[in-house]
Amino acid sequence: MEFFWQLMINGLSLGFLYGISAMGFVMIYKSSSVLNFAHGELLALGAYIFLAFMMWFKIPAIPAFIITLVLCFAFGFLVERVFLRPLIGEPLIFVIMLTVGLASMMKGAILLLWGGNLYTYPEFIPQTLTLSLGGVNIQPVYNVSFMLGVVFLLIFGFFFKYTSQGIFMRSVADNQRAALSLGVNVRRIFALSWAIAALVAGMSGIVLGVINGINVHELSAIGLKVFPVVILGGLDSIAGAIVGGVIIGVLESFTGGYLTPSLRDVVPYIILVGILMVKPYGLFGQVEIERV
Amino acid sequence: MRALKFRRCGNFHESYREELNVFETDFGRFWVVIGFFFVFLILPFVATPYVLYLVTNIAIYAIAVIGLNILTGYTGQISLGHGAFFGVGAYAAAIMATRFHMPFLLSVFAGGLITATVGLVFGLPSSRLKGLYLAIATLAGQFIIEYVLIHWEEVTMGTMGINLPRPTIFGVDVGGDVKFYFIAFIFLFFFLWMAVNLMRTRYGRAFIAIRDNDRAAEGMGIPIFPYKLLSFAVSSFYAGVAGALWAFFTMTITTEPFNLGLSVEFIAMVIIGGMGNMSGAIFGTVFISLLNEGLRLMADILINARIFDQAALTMAPLKEFAFGLAIVLFILIEPRGLAEVWRIVRSNFRLWPFSY
Amino acid sequence: MLLLINNISVVYSDVIQVLKGVSLSIEEHNIVSLLGSNGAGKTTTLKAVSGLLKPENGKVTDGEIIFQGEKIHNKAPEEITRLGIIQVLEGRQPFKYLTVEENLRVGTATRPGQSFKDDLELVYHYFPALKTRRKMKAGYCSGGELQMLVIGRALMAHPKLLLLDEPSLGLAPLVVREIFQIIKRINEEQKTTIILVEQNANMALQIAHYGYVMENGRIVMEGRANELRENPDIKEFYLGLAPDGEGHSYTDVKAYRRRKRWL
Repeated sequence: MEFFWQLMINGLSLGFLYGISAMGFVMIYKSSSVLNFAHGELLALGAYIFLAFMMWFKIPAIPAFIITLVLCFAFGFLVERVFLRPLIGEPLIFVIMLTVGLASMMKGAILLLWGGNLYTYPEFIPQTLTLSLGGVNIQPVYNVSFMLGVVFLLIFGFFFKYTSQGIFMRSVADNQRAALSLGVNVRRIFALSWAIAALVAGMSGIVLGVINGINVHELSAIGLKVFPVVILGGLDSIAGAIVGGVIIGVLESFTGGYLTPSLRDVVPYIILVGILMVKPYGLFGQVEIERV
Repeated sequence: MRALKFRRCGNFHESYREELNVFETDFGRFWVVIGFFFVFLILPFVATPYVLYLVTNIAIYAIAVIGLNILTGYTGQISLGHGAFFGVGAYAAAIMATRFHMPFLLSVFAGGLITATVGLVFGLPSSRLKGLYLAIATLAGQFIIEYVLIHWEEVTMGTMGINLPRPTIFGVDVGGDVKFYFIAFIFLFFFLWMAVNLMRTRYGRAFIAIRDNDRAAEGMGIPIFPYKLLSFAVSSFYAGVAGALWAFFTMTITTEPFNLGLSVEFIAMVIIGGMGNMSGAIFGTVFISLLNEGLRLMADILINARIFDQAALTMAPLKEFAFGLAIVLFILIEPRGLAEVWRIVRSNFRLWPFSY
Repeated sequence: MLLLINNISVVYSDVIQVLKGVSLSIEEHNIVSLLGSNGAGKTTTLKAVSGLLKPENGKVTDGEIIFQGEKIHNKAPEEITRLGIIQVLEGRQPFKYLTVEENLRVGTATRPGQSFKDDLELVYHYFPALKTRRKMKAGYCSGGELQMLVIGRALMAHPKLLLLDEPSLGLAPLVVREIFQIIKRINEEQKTTIILVEQNANMALQIAHYGYVMENGRIVMEGRANELRENPDIKEFYLGLAPDGEGHSYTDVKAYRRRKRWL
């Protein structure tokens, strides 16, 4: 039973990480309907910038964290401005392939700057945050990630449901032309959504980096695992991203523990295909309203 | 003898037959003959083994890219799993050749058929899914196939890989660089010819109709789902045949090359070449292959010249970067790809100096 | 004079010329209706005013559009809407996944940060049907409700000039009548100037003060609405009332020529 709970806890915390990694992805999809294949690289970018500030410039953790988030925000803004804006209105495959190309570029750039080695952050999370649940210890970083996840979830839930900017963002995703006719600044909304998404991604990247160490290949693989997570939760539901992440994380953990470890990494994709066949819009996704 | 046809200044077709002509002008035909001459009679006898290897590789990849172009460029279905389909073809052919001692041609054919079946299975989600959902479904397919190739060890030998026998056709040995070069190009021309003609049949036109507007196509009486599946099957057949050829070409296969990177490379070839354009598939394959080789050569030179000590380390990421940059630039600047660039250059020559 | 359109030409994709010298002048607090057959350039005229030509690769190549003394042609839609010109698109175009109330809130995009509670009440006052649906996703509303929704959404922006593109499209005659009555009330009570593009010439001329008739990218006739209603050509070709109660034969050359001029 101990083993079961250990797996459960591992799965939950892993899943929560998947969930918060997926949140940024959902942000972008929700406001601009762009499927971002460069999400893993955005995660990696956050992790590496934070690393640079902590290791190279020796800045303490909290200011470094804030600077990193600001830089990620700016980077997201820039990416939208330079690469995605010209593609507004182009067919889907070009947009997808553009993000694939971007992923390649960013990965290459990160490898050029930092190489493919595994880095770790110096310790910066106080040990007092360790939590003990029925004999199973939960590491402080998992607690921090859990708190961050909940906080961001609440913020975004509120943002999209009640604030004007949030509603404008959803309106742009829904019907660009109509939004434009009402004076919504569509271009600014796109830029903003990329910027926020990059910020969230950067944050998740740092958390992932604390737990697994920092390595581009690992982080970009997690970027791909975002797909089963968001499909399970529904592409446009932020709460769904968390639920999807948790389900995938737990399943992964149990497969690793009870079946063969090697199956771990494909299980999410097998689930993904299953879901797509049965319930294509996920557990919480919007069913497409199509009127002719 | 009928009068030679040159490019007219407008569309003067008088019957549908004329519109369906593969070559609009006799000039085009002439160039194809020149091309054949060059490929079969000149190049193999003057090229170094390295160049020959490169060109053969391009020819094999081009077959897969033509297949993907049928699916993505003509039918409008995105597949991120073609690298894995390529791998399925390679493994299927290898297993046929080693376990069942099938002759070369038969195992290549079997590789194509098996891959077509696998492609059909992963095409099934396309009945309900469109666009990005389908892209994700095929992405999942990529990972699942990769997993099966690695872990179904009784059949695929896992990470050990499989060694293939030398290919023979009716007892004649066709292995080795030069002979296999001919084989690859015969296959390429045959499959190119098939694809071009496929697009002139009702099936091809149905594919294009589905790409342009699936609902309208359905309204016109085209059963969408069977045609999408057909497109998946044809496309993966091409990928499978290419994979099988590649297996016989390299003689040893492992699971490693058939990863997501290969799938992305295939799509990049289609896009950079020009979607929905047969010559584009060739252009794209040549471009990406040469880009890869060029960057590799550059790395070698830099290492040999000892300009960079760590050049070997930094070249792989640079390649990754340049590859991404090429995709991004093409999408931003000329989304219709090299085929369109070629068309513009050609018509500039033709119309010069009065470009309107 | 609220809006002056002076001899504009509009070209799409640098190739297709749609408007060939259109001039309109819109008095304040009026309803002006713009009539004409399909492809005459009515919608394009509206888009030229609201700036929505841009995303469709269209451009005003000649002439000028002056709104309250300010030149607005070829400006971005974000700027134009902030001056108080709101276009209600053809074919309704709601935000399907947003609730009715959220749809209305998007209408406040031109004046961020200001209170909108009173405006919501105002819209519900004009369209009581919307109030009962406020928590429902717009995608599930009926056509008439959607038309009310998109007009209400535009009202949220406090428009000085409202551009309505075919509000009667695909609606039952009774609903059309209701919507036109509300449009008239909005004009009278809110003092909103309205440009109304319509196929339903009869309804449009009943509530409008002034009318223009467009053909092939040109204005071919203008006049006060009641005069236009009495014009024999308009009567025959737009209102479908033949003077003697029966149609003309094509052998009647004079009538045919007259008809050709219009259609």
